[in-house]
Amino acid sequence: MSEAPTRPRSRGQLLFTIGIGMLIALLVIAAFGPLIAPYNPSTTSPNSLAEPTAAHWLGTDSIGRDLLSRLIVGGRSTLIITFAAVALALGAGLVLGLTSGYLGGKVDLTIMRLLDVVFAFPVFLLAIAVVAALGPTVRNLILTIAIVYTPAMARVVRGPVLSVKRWDHVEAARSVGVGEFAIALRHVLPMVVSPILVQTSLILANTIFTVTALSFLGLGPPPPDPNWGSMLAEARQFMELAPLTVIGPAVAIVFASLTFIVLANGLREMLDVGSR
Amino acid sequence: MTGAPATLLEVRDLTATFSRDGVPSRVVNAISFDIAPGEAVGFVGESGSGKSVTARAVMRLAPEGSSIEWGGRIRFKGQELLNLTEREMRDVRGRRIAMVFQDPMASLNPVMSVGQQIDDMLVRHTGVSARAARKRTVELLSLVGIRDPQIRADDFPHQFSGGMRQRVLIAIAVSCQPDLLIADEPTTALDVTVQAQILRLLMRLRRELGMALMLITHDFGVIAGMVERVYVMHGGNIVEAGEVDALFAEPKHAYTQALLAAVPRIESTRRPA
Repeated sequence: MSEAPTRPRSRGQLLFTIGIGMLIALLVIAAFGPLIAPYNPSTTSPNSLAEPTAAHWLGTDSIGRDLLSRLIVGGRSTLIITFAAVALALGAGLVLGLTSGYLGGKVDLTIMRLLDVVFAFPVFLLAIAVVAALGPTVRNLILTIAIVYTPAMARVVRGPVLSVKRWDHVEAARSVGVGEFAIALRHVLPMVVSPILVQTSLILANTIFTVTALSFLGLGPPPPDPNWGSMLAEARQFMELAPLTVIGPAVAIVFASLTFIVLANGLREMLDVGSR
Repeated sequence: MTGAPATLLEVRDLTATFSRDGVPSRVVNAISFDIAPGEAVGFVGESGSGKSVTARAVMRLAPEGSSIEWGGRIRFKGQELLNLTEREMRDVRGRRIAMVFQDPMASLNPVMSVGQQIDDMLVRHTGVSARAARKRTVELLSLVGIRDPQIRADDFPHQFSGGMRQRVLIAIAVSCQPDLLIADEPTTALDVTVQAQILRLLMRLRRELGMALMLITHDFGVIAGMVERVYVMHGGNIVEAGEVDALFAEPKHAYTQALLAAVPRIESTRRPA
């Protein structure tokens, strides 16, 4: 009997711990990629499409580059683009969502309608259009993905702000002469942190897919810099000869996405976001 | 005339009109009243009689998510509050006029320590350093009867009971020594035993700090020992006003009589045989 109420909490904590472990692995790759990689990821060799050996743990690709090194260094670029894009989307979403929800009225209507326009586009179509128009540089890719995910972030912020701003402590703060800006930042924003954390984590998972898919289509960072999406695209034609060249990046992409999904679910259960 | 003005707050023909979807509805209907410096005045009435809106009018606080139109005049220490800009009004709120709310469980920010919430208020209105503010905060907490104020200042609202939270809210309200304290149903959400303590605390602080008190309640039992004069509100109007003793002895308006009759009395509790 007494275990029943604690079970969901501990499940959440377990998921969260696993998620954090996976995240640390990803962060290490993102931070120290070139230092960990056993070879220079761009050095070619005649030994192409090799089977895994002691020298090349995962074998080599079509022009003899070490697959493991390319996975690590490619992960770094994929992850940095992902984190930067989501950080931008989070920043913009926080400002827009808080402004919109807190001020309400015409401001709310204007901001939300504008975001609806962006939201209405399929993510991919919009991303492809913007990257195609601006050119496939890392900076453009980051900006594009940030723009695409800003509306989702803003909505998640706005929803709880709409209800929190009616809570008594907000009126109490106003009754002692606290300014509106300070109320929004200090008395409303801290109340909506948990849904934002969960949403950020979920958007990170989606962004990994978006980044690799755009790179797969050739809209990512230009070669020879490796990243998971373009590695998958290059290896496709040799997948019968050297299956690891496809499986490697695929597993990496799934692992990265799974990290954030596990993290999001752990956070959601721990913070009890669903029940609000 | 002596130096001090005879009235602290002078309200004339106050109206409050809500509008929702363009349809106006008047909830306070041209009421006038006065509060002298240091005086305790009660506002009694049932839910929806406009007493809370009247209290908020003095602070110019509109309920969130509604638009409200104030009319008439509210003179506070000779200053017309309805003409002040929002920025000037913010300096009045908390500094000159402070308010204690009904629900102490919900009126504190749950993610800030109570000390921090009082510090903020002191820094905002008196411009003291954070260190000086904390010293004053501890004094205030001890003034409202919280034991070990030094330690308790770092606690969060969920670590306090309802009565203790109301004490904290009162500490916040009196922190800048306002001239007028508005208490909107300050005891409604509390246990009966705690109610009496909070009311006694309000009385003591009023005396020690020389504040005027505007006490909003639906409960004549609360009014009895607390205030000098009473305004009875009904349907957005003041239906009767007078000295508290006279009003209890000889209620003139039918509504006041009905309200007084609604106070439960021990001797009238008779069970059918």
